[in-house]
Amino acid sequence: MRLRRLVTETGAVMLGIVLLIWTLIPVYTMLLIALDPEEGEVEFSGNLWPPAPSLESFRVVLTQDARYLEHFWRQLGNSLYIGLSTMVLTVLIASLATFAVARMRLGRGAPVMSAAVLTNASLLTYVIPASLLIFPFQRLMHTYGLSNDPWAVIAAQVTFATPFAILILRSYGRLIPIELDDAARVDGASSAQVYRRVYLPSMAPALALVATYALVLVWNDYVYQFALLSSEKHMTAAVMQAQLFDDADPPWNAMMAAAVIYALPPVAIFFLLRRTMMVGLTRWWR
Amino acid sequence: MSRSDVALAIAFLAPYGALFGAFAVYPIGYALWMGSKPSLYADLLADPLYLRSLFNTLLFVGVGVNVKLFLALLLSGFFMRPQRWIKLLLVVYLLPWMLPAVQACISIRWMLAGEDALVDRALAVAFGVDGPIWFNHWWLALGANIVAYVWKWMPFWTVIFLAGRMAIPRDVCDAATVDGADGCRRFVHLTFPLLANLYLVCTLLSTMWTMGEFTTVYFVSGGAPVWTTEVLATLAFHYAFDAANPALGVAAAISVLPLLVPLVIALMRALHTRVVQL
Repeated sequence: MRLRRLVTETGAVMLGIVLLIWTLIPVYTMLLIALDPEEGEVEFSGNLWPPAPSLESFRVVLTQDARYLEHFWRQLGNSLYIGLSTMVLTVLIASLATFAVARMRLGRGAPVMSAAVLTNASLLTYVIPASLLIFPFQRLMHTYGLSNDPWAVIAAQVTFATPFAILILRSYGRLIPIELDDAARVDGASSAQVYRRVYLPSMAPALALVATYALVLVWNDYVYQFALLSSEKHMTAAVMQAQLFDDADPPWNAMMAAAVIYALPPVAIFFLLRRTMMVGLTRWWR
Repeated sequence: MSRSDVALAIAFLAPYGALFGAFAVYPIGYALWMGSKPSLYADLLADPLYLRSLFNTLLFVGVGVNVKLFLALLLSGFFMRPQRWIKLLLVVYLLPWMLPAVQACISIRWMLAGEDALVDRALAVAFGVDGPIWFNHWWLALGANIVAYVWKWMPFWTVIFLAGRMAIPRDVCDAATVDGADGCRRFVHLTFPLLANLYLVCTLLSTMWTMGEFTTVYFVSGGAPVWTTEVLATLAFHYAFDAANPALGVAAAISVLPLLVPLVIALMRALHTRVVQL
């Protein structure tokens, strides 16, 4: 029995090491290129660490002192603006809609029924994959007078994030007894107060997951930011980085340093929300 | 329910209703209209790249989604272990999900491309073999795309399965352990049946999303060698932005509707079954 336990533990540690290597190798490559002072072609020289690591690339990025990076801060700002707006709007719109169908007894139908209708309808959004829906979107945004406007991207991303958000919120909401709402109503709370004082706090873990999901959706997006924002002024960091592919001799080192900096906001948000999310995950555990 | 509550419910639903109408129904309808000319489909079928990309998409989705979800399901069990280092590892393990796709894919590309790429060097040191030129063989390039995709998206689904596992009452597991079920049998007879519906929902959702996968293919292999690893999304992108023919790109999207519509319906049905979900 003790031997068996030892074998399982060793296996777990080995698996942990494999996972760590698997996860970190691309991250490590990014850092390696960023810290290597050599300009030009990206090559792995065989050293596990650059012989003369330097933070030069990071300085270049911070002072916007390289080709393509002249407006890095503004581009990062654009990305943040789109990301945070999408995050807030997704959480707000999805939670309002889910609350209305799952927690208020609409009409004669049971809440379960109207919640199913909302979920099913919203899932129709995915019937054409998002990256392929960009072509009608381009023309549509022109009609709406939103061409070359960050709000075009925000609207598109909120549209794609909300169906999944509704799905998560609805599933999670089932675990929160409706008696909580009833108790608040008996105490004289209106539905709006129930939403604010009971629903939102008790849904916090799911809302944190949805918020992270929405932000990461924007951070991973390239197609929409590329196709809907053409001007220099509104260009985002992801689009700027992709431009390098058309260049014969791009400044890869500075670019990887920029990529590392660009990766920080979602990681920071994740760390901020981690506790809330994990508390929710572990609540029914044990 | 009072009248003011009805008004409030409508007010709460209005933002999503407006969003859904303006940015989901309208564009989808517009897409159907853009792709309504039959001649577009004749053009598509006449393009050998289209059939190739369709084949690649199905291969990419079929292998990528299933490998990713199956590994995520198994790993979610690993992350249920109570030790502290496992929780720390989970935070690191989630990094790929947090990292921006474009940059991560560029980084993976640089691990394979170039004269002295990291992976080639590692192969030489570990096994004494010269690595192949990855992007010269379509199956290696496609494989690289799939690996990059699994790397990027497995953590997200692991979290979803982790949530599903945590919703299983602890005493059910304990009872099974007392009855003498070991890890493997517990998984086959207890955990998996309880998670089956969630697994189905995730497979359907992920398949739908991955049909439009763009970033990994565009930035890891870029279609190399000579357009043989393009998928529908990247092909449609070329149609629209390089050949200035967005209608053909839309037609490529519509051509997979016969696959996607049954998936959506299956998803709606799976969501109606009330067993353990997220």
